[in-house]
Amino acid sequence: MKSLAELQQLRDKISKQVDLRKDRENGIRIVVGMATCGIAAGARPVMNAFLNEVSKRGLSDVTVTQTGCIGMCRLEPIVEVFMPGEEKVTYVHMNEEKVARIVAEHIINKQPVAEYTVGAVQE
Amino acid sequence: MKELSLHILDIVQNSVKAGASEIEIDINEDILKNLLEIDITDNGCGMSEEFLKTVKDPFSTTRTTRKVGMGISLFEAAAVQCGGYLEIESEQGNGTSLKVFFEYDNIDRAPLGNMAETMITVIMGAPDINYVYKHRKAGKEFVFVADDIKNALGGVPIDSPEILNWVKEYISEGLENAGINM
Ligand SMILES: Nc1ncnc2c1ncn2[C@@H]1O[C@H](COP(=O)(O)OP(=O)(O)OP(=O)(O)O)[C@@H](O)[C@H]1O
Ligand SMILES: [Mg+2]
Repeated sequence: MKSLAELQQLRDKISKQVDLRKDRENGIRIVVGMATCGIAAGARPVMNAFLNEVSKRGLSDVTVTQTGCIGMCRLEPIVEVFMPGEEKVTYVHMNEEKVARIVAEHIINKQPVAEYTVGAVQE
Repeated sequence: MKELSLHILDIVQNSVKAGASEIEIDINEDILKNLLEIDITDNGCGMSEEFLKTVKDPFSTTRTTRKVGMGISLFEAAAVQCGGYLEIESEQGNGTSLKVFFEYDNIDRAPLGNMAETMITVIMGAPDINYVYKHRKAGKEFVFVADDIKNALGGVPIDSPEILNWVKEYISEGLENAGINM
């Protein structure tokens, strides 16, 4: 049974591990479109899959956040990845299977998955 | 949308955009009355009387990225297709309250779906808001207050991935213990 006491243990573990705030400020940002168009197309499970991967792999310098509609509703779910010093990469028609590959190849190995990007779709 | 919890996620985004600092989600599964009621209340900027009159129309939106706003009209359609309806009250400067009623056992009613995922998704989108989620069914109740979690966390952000995953399990377990299965 989950209790607030258990949460406090988790809190203590996390705050010892890392300098969370500093990591978050300098780190990688994964941004999921979460307006009506994104939600209807399946953005919620995509966001939850990113959260699971990031948490499972202990990637403390990665934050997962959300944005509204960016005006490409047909291509939702849309995910943007911001890496320090790199240009933004936009992934379209996202699903849970694509998430694992993007985390392994792009977030960890710094090689964007070209075939999932908006450029690949529009060509 | 496949689940009512996805509509809830979407409607909460309206409250977030309205600058709310507190958003309450109340779900009441009243099987005896054959009624499912979902209320979403916020203390955001509210709407003018005039705007409120047309807000259920997909062409009323203050959005700039496209000309239609679908959130409220989609939720209303989901209720109407199973003998239900949607009501909105709003006062400029004070907030908005949206109530949706469904026939509980109507075969066209979408399932509630995964409320734990919806809750961590809204927390992530705007972590500073105090979300209150109350869910009643058959005399039992589950209550979640985001600020209680934040207090227990001290300075650790509630939107850290590990914490959010914990909150998701906490909500799923709490619902299950109250006999509420999604
Ligand atoms: N809780 C609220 N507080 C204040 N204004 C609101 C609220 N909910 C909706 N509105 C107003 O009503 C409009 C229509 O809302 P609706 O959810 O139907 O569409 P949208 O949010 O504009 O676009 P979409 O939901 O398709 O992303 C909004 O643009 C906003 O101006
Ligand atoms: Mg909306």
